[in-house]
Amino acid sequence: MPGPHEIAADRPFAWKAFFFQWEWILLLVFLAIQVMNFHLSPYYLDLAHLREEAADLAWWPWLTSLIPAVLANWADVTISFLDKSFIVFPMAFIIIMAEIDISVGSTVALSAVLMGLSYKAGLSMPLAMVVALAVGSVCGFINGLILVKYRELAPMIVTLATMIIYRGIALILLEDQAVGKFPAWFQNICWGYLGPVPIMLLAFCVTALVFGIILHRTTFGRQVYAIGSNPVASLFSGVPVARIRVTAYTLAGLMSGVTAIFLTSRMGSTRPNVATGYELDVIAMVVLGGVSTAGGRGRIIGTVISVFTIGFLRYGLGLRNISAEYLLIIIGLLLIFAVMLPNLRPLYTSWYSARHPRRQ
Amino acid sequence: MLKRIGIVITILLATCLLASQAGEQKRFAFIFKSTGNPFGEKLMEGFKTAVEEQGHTAILRAPDLPTAEGQISIIEELIAQRVAGIGISANDPDALQPVLERARRAGIKIVTADSATNAESRDVHINQADPELIGRVQVQAAFDMAGGKGDIAVLSATSQATNQNIWINWMQEELKLPKYSNTKLVKVAYGDDLRDKSTSETEALLQTFPNLKAIIAPTTVGIAAAGKVLSDKNLAGKVFLTGLGLPSEMAEYINNDVCPWMYLWNPIDLGYLAGYASVALADNSLKATPGSSFSAGHLSKKEVINASDGGTEIMLGAPFKFDKANINEWKTVY
Repeated sequence: MPGPHEIAADRPFAWKAFFFQWEWILLLVFLAIQVMNFHLSPYYLDLAHLREEAADLAWWPWLTSLIPAVLANWADVTISFLDKSFIVFPMAFIIIMAEIDISVGSTVALSAVLMGLSYKAGLSMPLAMVVALAVGSVCGFINGLILVKYRELAPMIVTLATMIIYRGIALILLEDQAVGKFPAWFQNICWGYLGPVPIMLLAFCVTALVFGIILHRTTFGRQVYAIGSNPVASLFSGVPVARIRVTAYTLAGLMSGVTAIFLTSRMGSTRPNVATGYELDVIAMVVLGGVSTAGGRGRIIGTVISVFTIGFLRYGLGLRNISAEYLLIIIGLLLIFAVMLPNLRPLYTSWYSARHPRRQ
Repeated sequence: MLKRIGIVITILLATCLLASQAGEQKRFAFIFKSTGNPFGEKLMEGFKTAVEEQGHTAILRAPDLPTAEGQISIIEELIAQRVAGIGISANDPDALQPVLERARRAGIKIVTADSATNAESRDVHINQADPELIGRVQVQAAFDMAGGKGDIAVLSATSQATNQNIWINWMQEELKLPKYSNTKLVKVAYGDDLRDKSTSETEALLQTFPNLKAIIAPTTVGIAAAGKVLSDKNLAGKVFLTGLGLPSEMAEYINNDVCPWMYLWNPIDLGYLAGYASVALADNSLKATPGSSFSAGHLSKKEVINASDGGTEIMLGAPFKFDKANINEWKTVY
């Protein structure tokens, strides 16, 4: 993998380097999981049932009827895990800057609770959704502001504190109660379809595209990488470090607000203890996506593949009714594998060059 | 070669036949609140027994955290697996409604047990115990312990607790029967489900009514507090205690004779009834409308009745009795 010191445009295209990237390996893992799911459960994508229905057709109409149905079922599955995945993009920004935000789960809860309360107080539902987005953004902005004002504080500690505070506010507002009884159309935000495609999958793709462009095609994105590679050098090179950090944390808050909307739509009601542990799921997805916790490295495409990899892995194992504890262990192992892999490569190359001394 | 092909075809046919037979067998799932809960494990054990007794397969699931989100994902996976019925102990009464409505549209029957969802999300709820029986059985116990005469008192939770008041009403109904002519309910005290208040209320009862023979505490907090007071004052054999208690908390007082026996629901039977109800709903031998009834294995005939939340429910029946003979087995369970 090229270091940040190399200028990408100067290097000739190398096939080996191109295919020896984490995203390709991840794509293979993703495909392997698809194959595994087909083998583990006859119910995966409802294939057995679809085959049965189309059994007496000739192969061409058989194929044309089967493929769209399988794709539709595949898109259906994404509804089961996409709600929390909107946060992975700003989280990728933050981790690329070698920082972390563990308050996102609590931000989701606070946004959801305030959305519910403002609807209950008589606000229209679209306005209540705007409230959720605003609350999320403010929470993220506060995180960013504290971090920029008090630069000696570690992001882990600051967001740990706000994680407790935001959840605490949600608990004070609602105690152990739930708010619900939203209008009927609100359910469709999570469960609805636009044509054959789930609305949530569509929203996810658009979000991925927007964040991909921001990270890979704008000055802002390049500055994010610069901060992650060397924050001090970036500062002295005129990178507006403070502004970019605050923006990244505010985006994390905004996306937590988006997740709050989808999650509340999914559950039809909300309470202060929703989205517990979401921050860990999100960080796991980002890290598995090849974003280095040391900063300066990672891409949006990797996190996108990683979201689907973990989502389909969970779903497939769930179809086999594997108990929750084993599921956690399997995902943990996958994560360790992902984190270790970049370290294994230099180990392998040194072992290889020791075995095969280069002839001069 | 031909022979080999023949064998292959036979095997293929056999697997097809087996597969079609496997299709007859339905699958029923139970989702508890979270993993690692002893009460939940007993409940699921009962559910599994009931489903397998009728030749079907049981799937037992629970999320790693006691959240509605975790249960929603599991329900989605079960819908995809085309199970015939889902039993659930809900982590939230309302939050499962969208996904359970989806399940019901897919033809899956929903039975709740231990913790109900709202009436719109389910077909039927299994209520752990009939309030009439809970009330009556405790008076009978106090009567038997006191030897047929003397004063009895009730140590309740709060004065507004709906279930407590229903039970106390049934206790008073039972006391109207002629056999209780020498038994008198002298007071209903309220310990508010607080340890210290329940303790001081028990002490007050003992001082005010020297003729007191038995205390009925239909609340787990109250009965444990009263057990402690009676043990500390060495009143075993003089003033008897009964009511509704957790086996784990009450084992000490059952073993030292302060509380000869007490009641609570049996989680295994609760799951067992949920299993039978799921199967009966799925093969249409039971309708989730009041008045329809079905046969629930060793629990015999059960009937669907109206529930207080506007839905329907099935009563498990008499509460389960815990005494010296079985308490040591149950105290590790819950």
